[in-house]
Parts: sequence; C-alpha cells; structure tokens
Amino acid sequence: MTAEDWQAGGFGLYIHWPFCLSKCPYCDFNSHVAATIDMAAWQRAYLSEIRRIGTETGPRTVNTVFFGGGTPSLMAPDLVAAILETVRATWPCANDMEVTLEANPGSVEAGRFRGYRDAGVTRVSLGVQALNDADLRRLGRLHSTAEARAAFDVARSTFERVSFDLIYARQGQTPADWQAELGEALAMAADHLSLYQLTIEPGTAFGDRHARGLLRGLPDDDRAADLFTATQEICAAAGLPAYEVSNHARPGAESRHNMIYWRYGDYAGIGPGAHGRLTLGGQRWATETPLSPSSWLAQVAQTGRGETPRTVLNPREQAAEYLLMGLRLVEGLSVARYERLGQEQIDPGKVADLEQLGLLEHHAGILRATAAGRAVLNAVIRELLPD
Amino acid sequence: MTELSQIRNFSIVAHIDHGKSTLADRLIQLTGTVAERDMKEQLLDSMDIERERGITIKANTVRIEYPAKDGKTYVLNLIDTPGHVDFAYEVSRSMRAVEGSLLVVDATQGVEAQTLANVYTALDADHEIVPVLNKIDLPAAEPARVAEQIEDVIGIDASNAIQISAKTGLGIPDVLEAIVTRLPPPHEGDATKPLKALLVDSYYDPYLGVVVLVRIIDGVLRKGDRIRMMRTGGTYGVDRIGVFRPAMQDIAELGPGEIGFLTASIKLVRDTRVGDTITTERKGIETPLPGFKPSIPVVFCGLFPVDANEFEDLREAIEKLALNDASFTYEMETSAALGFGFRCGFLGLLHLEVVRDRLEREYGIDLITTAPSVIYHVYMRDGTMMELHNPADMPDLTLVDHIEEPRIRATILVPDDFLGDILKLCQDRRGEQLDLTYAGSRAMVVYDLPLNEVVFDFYDRLKSVTKGYASFDYQMAGYREDYLVKMQILVNDEPVDALSTMVHRDRAEMRGRAMVEKLKELIPRHMFKIPVQAAIGGRVIARETIAALRKDVTAKCYGGDATRKRKLLDKQKAGKKKMRQFGKVEIPQQAFINALKMDG
Repeated sequence: MTAEDWQAGGFGLYIHWPFCLSKCPYCDFNSHVAATIDMAAWQRAYLSEIRRIGTETGPRTVNTVFFGGGTPSLMAPDLVAAILETVRATWPCANDMEVTLEANPGSVEAGRFRGYRDAGVTRVSLGVQALNDADLRRLGRLHSTAEARAAFDVARSTFERVSFDLIYARQGQTPADWQAELGEALAMAADHLSLYQLTIEPGTAFGDRHARGLLRGLPDDDRAADLFTATQEICAAAGLPAYEVSNHARPGAESRHNMIYWRYGDYAGIGPGAHGRLTLGGQRWATETPLSPSSWLAQVAQTGRGETPRTVLNPREQAAEYLLMGLRLVEGLSVARYERLGQEQIDPGKVADLEQLGLLEHHAGILRATAAGRAVLNAVIRELLPD
Repeated sequence: MTELSQIRNFSIVAHIDHGKSTLADRLIQLTGTVAERDMKEQLLDSMDIERERGITIKANTVRIEYPAKDGKTYVLNLIDTPGHVDFAYEVSRSMRAVEGSLLVVDATQGVEAQTLANVYTALDADHEIVPVLNKIDLPAAEPARVAEQIEDVIGIDASNAIQISAKTGLGIPDVLEAIVTRLPPPHEGDATKPLKALLVDSYYDPYLGVVVLVRIIDGVLRKGDRIRMMRTGGTYGVDRIGVFRPAMQDIAELGPGEIGFLTASIKLVRDTRVGDTITTERKGIETPLPGFKPSIPVVFCGLFPVDANEFEDLREAIEKLALNDASFTYEMETSAALGFGFRCGFLGLLHLEVVRDRLEREYGIDLITTAPSVIYHVYMRDGTMMELHNPADMPDLTLVDHIEEPRIRATILVPDDFLGDILKLCQDRRGEQLDLTYAGSRAMVVYDLPLNEVVFDFYDRLKSVTKGYASFDYQMAGYREDYLVKMQILVNDEPVDALSTMVHRDRAEMRGRAMVEKLKELIPRHMFKIPVQAAIGGRVIARETIAALRKDVTAKCYGGDATRKRKLLDKQKAGKKKMRQFGKVEIPQQAFINALKMDG
C-alpha cells in the first residue's frame, strides 16, 4: 500500500479546553469565562470523543498531543492524566510523543506544573505576551512580569522543553523598546519562542476600540515590517532562527505538533470549536465541533458524537491548504506533493515572477518563501492560488 | 376640439428646489385632475432618477380643466420642461410649444443662474411671463426684495407677482386665474388647414412603442391618420391620440392649440426628433417649422464593464437605454487596457451621470468610466480637420498643425462672499472674464471657459467652494485654437489609455502631478514597487512611486485556522477579479474617475 498523503505530516491530537479566568481584549479564540465547571462531565466527554475517533482512524501512531485553549492550565492534572491514559490505550504512541500544554504564567498555575509533568506533559507553552507590566495590563493579562519570570523558572526546571509567547508591534512600542524586550526574552534561555505581531481582530474588544479610532499608536505596515525584519535577525543571531512566520526555535526544538499543521498532516480536533483534518477511507475530511462549551458537552453526552457535519476536501482545497500552511515554514513545501494533492500544476510563470521579486525560492523540488516573502505571505499565496 | 380662446398653454420656469414640481402638483390637485387618493409627490417626474435628483429629464405634459371666474371652463396645458443646461435645446423646443410661462422664484433665495437661462429662452419664444414668488410662508421669505431682483436682473415687471406657498396651497387659485387672464391663448391655428404639429418630446413605452408629445399648430389630428415626420421622413399610421391628465386618456382628435400625445407603432425614439414637424402623409404642408436642430453630444467618455465578461450585458443595456434617449450616442470601442466597451456621447455631464447611473442601477453592471472628453478639432498639416472624441485617437503630432477646443459662455450667480473663490476657480480653469455685475448682494459673473475644464468636476468644485450657494449655466460658444497636448499616464511603465487626457500645455505639469499623486493613493500596494508617471509625447512630466507591499501576513495560523484562512484567500482572490489588470498591476474601478478629480 502506498503511503497516504497525511503521513508526510504525521498525526496529532488537539484537545481544546475552552475556559479562561478572563477574556483578553485581543483574543478571538474560542474561550469562555465560567463560574463553575463540572470536571467529571468534561472528563467523560473528552474520553468518549477520544475513543470514538480512535475507532474511526483505527491504529495509527500518535506523534503529538496538544492541550490548547482557553487556558488549559486551569485543567486539573488528574483530568490531563486521564486524557493521556486514554490516548495511550486508544492508539499506539510514538516513543518520543510530544505532549504540549498551553499555560498561563501565574503563580497558581506554576503550582500545577509538576502534576502535569507526572501526567505525561513534556512541553509547556507559556502565554507571557509581554515583559512590561504596563503593556501586560493593556493586553488584559492578569499576571505580572515578575510572576511570568517565576513561572518560567518553575517550568524550566520541570519540563524538558519550554516555549513562551510574546506579542509585539503593540501600541506605542518603538523598535528600541521591542529590541530590548526581545533581548531579555532570549536571555531567559527558552528553546522556543512564538513572537506574534498584534493583530486587531474584528469581534474582540480591541477590534471595537480600533473601529472607533480609540486604539492609537499602532505601527503602520512599514513600521510593522521593520519590526518583523529586526525580529528575524535578532533571533537568528541568538540561535533561535525562525522556522515559521511567527515561530523561532533552537534547531530540533520546533513544536512538532504545530509542524503537523504546517506540513499538512492529520489531526483530530477534540473539544468545543476544535477543527480537525482526518484522512479516512481515502478522503480527507475537515471536521468541526459545536462552538459553545455547553452544546458540545451536551451533544457528546446525548449522541456520543461531538461533531458538526463533516465535509470532504476536494483536491483543489487540499492543495490550497497545503500551500497556505507549507509556505509558512522556512523549510517550504514539496512541489510534487502539492501537484499530487491538487491534481494541477503550479503555474511556473507565477513562480518565476515571485522568484524574480525575491519572495520565493524554487530549488530541488522545494518551494519556499524567503524572509521577505514570509512578510507578505498572503499576497504571495493569493498570487500562487489557481484562478 | 376646444376653442382657441379657451386654451392656455404654459410652462413653469424655476430653479431646482424652487418649487416647480410642487406647484404643478397643486395645480393638478386643485382642479381635481387627479383624485386625492392618487396624489403622490411630484406627479410629473416619472423616472426614479428624476425624483431622486429633483430634476426633470424628459418633458411631461398635463391637461387641466379649469372653470374660471368668468364662468367658462378653460383647458390649461402645462408642459414641464427639463430644467438643466444639458437639455437646453429640449427646453427651447418645449417653450416654442406654449405661449406663456410662470416664473417661479423662491422668495427666500432669489433668482438663480439656471432660472435666468430658462427665462431668456422663454422670452426668446415670445412668452408672456407671470412672476410667482414661492415659499412666502417661510420666515426667511423676502418677497419685496426678490421682486426687485427679478426686475433688476431679468428686466420684467414684477410688481404684480403672485405670492404663494406651493407647499401649503396658499395663493394657488390666484395662479390659476392669472394663467387665464394674463397669459394669451394660442396666437394662430386654423382647423381647416393641413396638419402642422410640433414634436415636443417622445419616450419609449414597452407596451405602446414610442409615445410622441405634440402641439398642434394647424389642422386636426385624428386616430387613423397617416402622418409624416418632416425631418426624418418616416411615415406612420396613428394608433392612438390622447392627453395626459396626467395619466393617459384617449380622445378622438386634437385640434389647433391643443397639446397631447400620439402613438403610431414607432419602434425607435431616434425616429422622433425633438423639434421635428409632423404633417399628414398626403396633402401635408411643404415647409416645416423653423428652429429644428438635431441634438449633438458634446461630452464623450468610454464605458467599460469592470468584469470583461459583462460586455454583452452592457451592449444590451446600452441598446435598451438608447431606445428612450435619442440624444445619447454610442459606438463600440476597444481599449488596450480595458478591452471591449463603448465610446458614448452625451449632451452634458448631468446627462452622462444619468445614463451611467441608470446602467449601473437598472441593469446591475459595474462600469469603468474613462476620462470625459470634449470634441477637439484637430487641423492636420495636409489641410484636413478631424474631430477628436477620444484622446487615445490623437494622431501623430508631426502631422498636426494646430488644435482647437470648444469654449463655453458660463454665467454664474453667486453671493458676494464667495465671489473671490469663484473668480479664482474660473481663472484656474483658463477662464476669461466677460462681465461682472451686481444685483443686491449677489454678483453675476460671465466667463468664457474651455469646455474641457468644465466637463469633469467644475460643477462639484463650484458647489463646494460656495457651499452650494452659486448657480451655474452655460451655452456653447464656438471653437478656439489653444496649445493643447495629450497627456498619457503610465503605470509600471505601461501607458493606460483610459487615463489619457487632453490638457493645456501650461497646465500639464500641474494636472500631471495631481493625477499621479491621486493614483498613488488609489492603487493598492503590490509586491513590487510601481512607478506612476504622467508624460507628454514620451517626456515624463510628473512621477510618483507606489512602494512595494512589505507586510501582509497572518501572525497566527494553526490547525483551527486552515478552513477560515482558505476561504478568506478564495474571497480575496475573487475580489481581485473586480480590479482591472494592467500588465502586472491591478487598478481598482474607482481609480479611473477619482484620479481625474482635482482638489483645486
């Protein structure tokens, strides 16, 4: 039997924990603030969904598990342990299976780190967001810089691998401010950093304020481009080069789970609002689940299936997804795989034009965006997508 | 048939918003011509655009029966004429069909330029004129001052002006009585003579074919008559005769002095030219009425579908529109940049806008409108002259001896406070002052201006520099030689013919600079930098560069974002199709028109 396409990317599980203590003004993720949470009910639902999907996929090796949210560090370590136990009982797991949990860098959460490690978590990703107390407050974060640093130290001594997130191109942030902050972050000796430019999303508190002209001092596109370029250079010099648009790692310390997305592997999405891509019976399915936590929970309990109707992705859609994911990676994508997925040639004229502009490189069957190309990746992809 | 002595034919002369349509409504209402329940605002303006803009594009007529104080019942025929300069010829024809006018002036505003032009047309047609001061119910009304202004500016007696409020109905009976007592009956008219009728206007009705508005001079028009259009030569059998009340009402015959309509299975409005003379096919008259001239477009522009696939839809829409508008011309045009479209001719800018609006609104076609152009007379070295309608067709300069451009005589009425702004505007547009007089606190300025400086946004500028207080009218004033050049716009080193314009050499740098600066704002950034240049015969006179796009990437894109991101890119990809591709550059639709708008 020939290998199925998803195997070029691997297989991972995404577990969505939808709750937060408060909603951040920039966040457009599926997160909710709830007064009380019935942990037992949530545990039953997660375990039931894992088993259901296991039955559908049959045996295949799980490479990674990722607990995202929301704020998964609000989960009881026992719940995390139960989920991982069930995963191991359902699928064969890679020996070096990566299990990541997104954590808030507060003191309360740090107290649970050991429990998570004992449950099987190998990596945490801390939502530090800024190393500046005034900006943390503006970003609606409940932690302080000091707490974040303390949480990071606990994480560093507890887990093999630690990453944290920072948001830059913030209101009033000068290039010098950001370079200093990034320098401090690099000095903390994480092996992985996710550095996101602040994006104003409609439907968030920042989105509303922006629409009303109340969000002043955001950098324009040219200044944002300068900040992006500086970020690439500083991280590369510090030994954490970009391996994706917003992700930097010491070689070998890349997020293997996220690599599954970008290499267009298969992933099961479990929990409210989680998306998946599953190759079943020779077709690639896009799966989604009910967005609202209570609906998802009730649906799983009542029907044993926490999903909204699935759709089959046609060749063109699969190729488009591989392209928009794969070009985010510094390693690029395989042209042969792209053309096999889409059953269509990539336009050599367009590729040549973009190469001419220094935005793309095409070499030995690999198509990759240059650093300049990654900064304008949406435009590059729009150009490459077939008409 | 009605006795000549009991017919009064009249029109209403007024500036936009001075209450012409409201007064017409009141006259119709008070005489019971329309049942109360069928009254709607502005009965006579039938097109949506007419209603929206408060302007009349086509002439309308209505027949009112009025029992006067002398005990006799009179037939009053009102012709509602187009009020805009673009339709000056149509106005003059309508005026020839009646013997008197009501001059309606807003008692809070005073006389405006447009009123002036139309009242002179009425005087040219030997009209008796009854001044009517409207809106006297408003606190700001100054009837005495405005009456004085009418005497000063227009030179007619306004001592017995009728004071009314069309809105409240005040004074309307006085107006009706004045129409009977102060306006004359038709001067001539002999029912025994061969048919002589003036074609006042016509429009296309999908059920009836072309409906023709006529004024009978001599003879009697009956159903079944064979008629002949004396200018176009067409002969037709009359199917229906009637009058507008204002709904169509059939009658047996129309006699001398009467105004009504006929239908005769005429397919094209083009075959019914405004101002033509209608007679019988046999035993008709020999000499047509004087004053006929075919309407001639003075402003041209290219209309192209934004989506090249809609060309056939555009063709169909234009053909349908042309059915009802003989003054609008079109021929197919191919532009290197825009593909297939039409070069269209219009009576003026308003006419252009009306046609464009209707194509977009009624037929749902997104259009690119290229720079409006006037007709230049290009005199060649070999002694021949070519009419240039499109800058893209400009011949090789070495073959050209000189170029002449059309000029206009513009009359502007403006409150004192804004006079300086107006003078500056006219001066900036290469105007030559012919006259400057005062009437009260208002100045009347007459300028000789090149039409090409006016066609695009002069009227908008005039309105904006005077906060809407100036009024403007013009007449064509012949051709004159000037130093004119074709200015090309190059985007990414490729000429965009749709943006080519003829400009005066002395103003070329300024216009070129303004255009490239505008285009820099209007063309979105691309992945490469784009030079935008204005050039005259290969020499660049202005240049801007649109910097390359440097940042357009989604910061976070994980497993849950794939679907949304893919759909968004698909949507953006579809949005790109709304733009026109010039070489590698995409230019949005609005850029074509907005690039030409001058801020100064």
